[in-house]
Amino acid sequence: MVNIIVELSKYLMIVLITMYTYLCFSIFGYFDPDKKKRMLRKQNVLMFMIHLIAFLVMYLEKNDIKILALYLMQVTLLGATIVLYTVIYPRVSRLVVNNMCMLLSIGFIMITRLDYNKASKQYLIAAGGIALCLIIPVIIRKFRFLSEWRILYAAAGIVSLGIVLIVGKVSYGAMLGFTIGGISIQPSELVKIIFVFFVAASFKRSMEFKEIVITTAIAAFHVLILVVSKDLGAALIIFVVYLVMLYVATHQPLYVLAGLGAGSVASVAAYYLFSHVRTRVIVWKDPFASYDNGGYQVAQSLFAIGTGGWFGTGLYQGQPDTIPVAAEDFIFSAISEEMGLIFALCLILICVSCYVMFLNIAMQLHNMFYKMVALGLGTCYIFQVFLTIGGAVKFIPSTGVTLPLVSYGGSSLISTLIMFAIIQGLYILREDEEDDIERKKKERLRAKRSGQEEKAQRRSGSNAAQRAKRSQTSGQEKSQSKAGKKQRVR
Amino acid sequence: MTYIFVALFLVLMGYITYFQVEKSADIIRSPYNARQDSNADRVARGKIVDKNGNILAQTSVAEDGSEIREYPFGNMFAHVVGYSTHGKSGIESVANYDLLTSNAFFLEKLKNEFQDQKNTGDTVVTTLDLTLQQAAYNALGSYKGAVVVMDPKTGKILAMVSKPDYDPNTVDANWDSLNTDENSALLNRATQGQYAPGSTFKVVTALEYMREYPDYSSYTYNCTGAIEQDGITIHCYNGNVHGQLNLQDSLAYSCNASFSNIGLLLDSDSFKKTAKEVLFDSKLPCDLSYSKSSFTLDSSAGNGTKMMTAMGQGETQVSPYHMALITSAIANGGTLMKPYLIDKVTNYSGTTVKETEPEEYRQLMTTEEAAQLKEYMKSVVDYGTASVLAGQSYTAAGKTGTAEYSSDKEKDHSWFIGMSNVENPELVVSIIIESSDGTAKAVNIAKQIFDAYYY
Repeated sequence: MVNIIVELSKYLMIVLITMYTYLCFSIFGYFDPDKKKRMLRKQNVLMFMIHLIAFLVMYLEKNDIKILALYLMQVTLLGATIVLYTVIYPRVSRLVVNNMCMLLSIGFIMITRLDYNKASKQYLIAAGGIALCLIIPVIIRKFRFLSEWRILYAAAGIVSLGIVLIVGKVSYGAMLGFTIGGISIQPSELVKIIFVFFVAASFKRSMEFKEIVITTAIAAFHVLILVVSKDLGAALIIFVVYLVMLYVATHQPLYVLAGLGAGSVASVAAYYLFSHVRTRVIVWKDPFASYDNGGYQVAQSLFAIGTGGWFGTGLYQGQPDTIPVAAEDFIFSAISEEMGLIFALCLILICVSCYVMFLNIAMQLHNMFYKMVALGLGTCYIFQVFLTIGGAVKFIPSTGVTLPLVSYGGSSLISTLIMFAIIQGLYILREDEEDDIERKKKERLRAKRSGQEEKAQRRSGSNAAQRAKRSQTSGQEKSQSKAGKKQRVR
Repeated sequence: MTYIFVALFLVLMGYITYFQVEKSADIIRSPYNARQDSNADRVARGKIVDKNGNILAQTSVAEDGSEIREYPFGNMFAHVVGYSTHGKSGIESVANYDLLTSNAFFLEKLKNEFQDQKNTGDTVVTTLDLTLQQAAYNALGSYKGAVVVMDPKTGKILAMVSKPDYDPNTVDANWDSLNTDENSALLNRATQGQYAPGSTFKVVTALEYMREYPDYSSYTYNCTGAIEQDGITIHCYNGNVHGQLNLQDSLAYSCNASFSNIGLLLDSDSFKKTAKEVLFDSKLPCDLSYSKSSFTLDSSAGNGTKMMTAMGQGETQVSPYHMALITSAIANGGTLMKPYLIDKVTNYSGTTVKETEPEEYRQLMTTEEAAQLKEYMKSVVDYGTASVLAGQSYTAAGKTGTAEYSSDKEKDHSWFIGMSNVENPELVVSIIIESSDGTAKAVNIAKQIFDAYYY
């Protein structure tokens, strides 16, 4: 009997997430603010329904009251996040808030299924992180000199990576972090953000060739430390983020080509220098041939995805626990196995939707520093998503990075929450900027108009065109012109 | 910039879809995938039947709900059907996923769910033919050895016998003694056995000679019963003296001296290339566990090695299954059809879920070469070493072999590869009898199999 409920619920959840994902993209096509608001509300309803069904099924199967307790706590947190953001920052991007909560809730579901203790830890970190991040938009708005701390960013990044390299402990073949008071900290997660700030600040300061060379050298140094620490995922992310930022800042395809060339040479060198890079490539080529020598993880991941199929096995019906680090680097496979590949594909699309929104924000910012920050963080986010999912499905060699917001892991969760909050802060700034422009336009118009009115008194009848122009820029139509802009950059 | 990453994700999602549609079916059948067995909680393992529906394996459920896997023919299908009670082997392992998947009518499955009863797994219909398996099994008698019977036009494996054997019904109980058995009864000699091919390899040597010497039809050799080169003397079997021979006669009489002579004429690198083309030192198309065959001749080989290799001694190692594939290619105009054991999967009430379509695996030789070799192999039956097969209501072609395997000169492995109904080949056989004292001949087993099929 429970089996039937599990079976039906998995189809229901797939339908719900498909609807949610559809709304993520279709919302870009509507201009009416009320209609948009309704769609965003609908997304919240869908998210809470998926969350409720999943926990109901898990409760039925495990018959453990603790699951219900965790459920109530999570609902409170997700609800509070949505309400607080909309109350404190009415101008926040609701779509990004929704997606953030959706990704968090999918992570909560899967981590609870895999390991209850990890789920409660994740919950506490998420609660703390969200609370902390509520002040970030204020910081972004008030601290207008963030772009001046270039040297501080570079020093902070390199020093913290250096500390890890020297005192770091070895985790899964890579020196990722150290433990302070029982909490293991993985600085490379935060360094990604600091690095983006560093590059943005550098480009804002000067775009001269000499300065670009210095910035590139410092960036390369970051990558080098990470490669030596064997944190290949983070090294690759920093490398790609830098290339993207460099290209957008300079519009010089030559730089990108040179960067890619250097990257290829470095990859080949790493392949021959580090045995654990080689292992990952061999495993990627044929995980079954190297089953006993590292191929086990990827093979299990493929078994999980394949056995789950399009619709999944249903919660607790598969064996995602046989995949090593299922709750961290391979959570995509675990989700795919039990909730289905369609659900997992929707998850990918939600991540892409976040990215599209981030880029949207970046393109509309006029301040070079903020624009670069938004662009860098967006790239950082989406490339990490690509690495973890691509690795899990054997599209690319596995690099051992987490799926932001979904995977278990404190440092990853906190740094992604900060990233999202920074971008929200920039989004609010963008609206301020627009208001500024709007105001200036109006002032100009008013000045013009007063000048013209004098003329008009002499030559009446010729101001019909002027009136049309005026109505176009009037405040009432503000939202429409905003939507139009979004359309263009999408 | 947006476009690049969005495109990257579209490619990624495309790949995931491709993986699910094209590749996952094979991947999840991997014996490493422990997830298959979790279905056993909800599905009662399905049946394995031969091509006519004779039950080769089935699960019976006792009143207390305990399940017993039964193999009605006991030892006869031990290696090919395999066992599933102590790990898995054979078809039980290959088709594990299908046996533990139920494609019963969904309302019935729903009903079972409500009543908390297991659904019945799908039935695996094999290409095996009970009549042929029985004939091969009985013909091999108490000898160690292996038999493979195939349909060369489709690649269907019709029979596969390996001896010594074991009773799959009692594998679990007898595991320790089976596992340490000095005769390695658990080993499927048909696919995993490694033997010197003996004179059956002369077919490959003849193929190489035809390739290197386009005027091969004018080859002549005068056999005096032995050949000597660099102090090494090779005698013909039983001290026969064959006299004046062309290439066809050399194969028909299996003249060692003539083939040693050919071996001296061949280019080792080219020979290795031809061996590679007929799948030596290569992966074989095979669902079951198998051993790769090896052909080690290279340009550094001395004349002795060249002579030995040409007549099938030397260091060449081959499985009976691989020889069946080479013979199938000869029978089928040079093209090897991809061999298969599972004809279709049906749900337990007989509705087809999926069917295997015959497909070409690879062209091992040209049509002309295959036709010529077939003609030569016909003469082996017509007037050569396999003449017991002559004068039947069916026609046959083939090649006998005797492989020395130890210093014991009294005992040899006896080989036969061949086909029936030569114009339009219906059966291909590959047979080995280990350590025969000379009275048991593989060609006689071939005759019993052909007789069972045609009479």
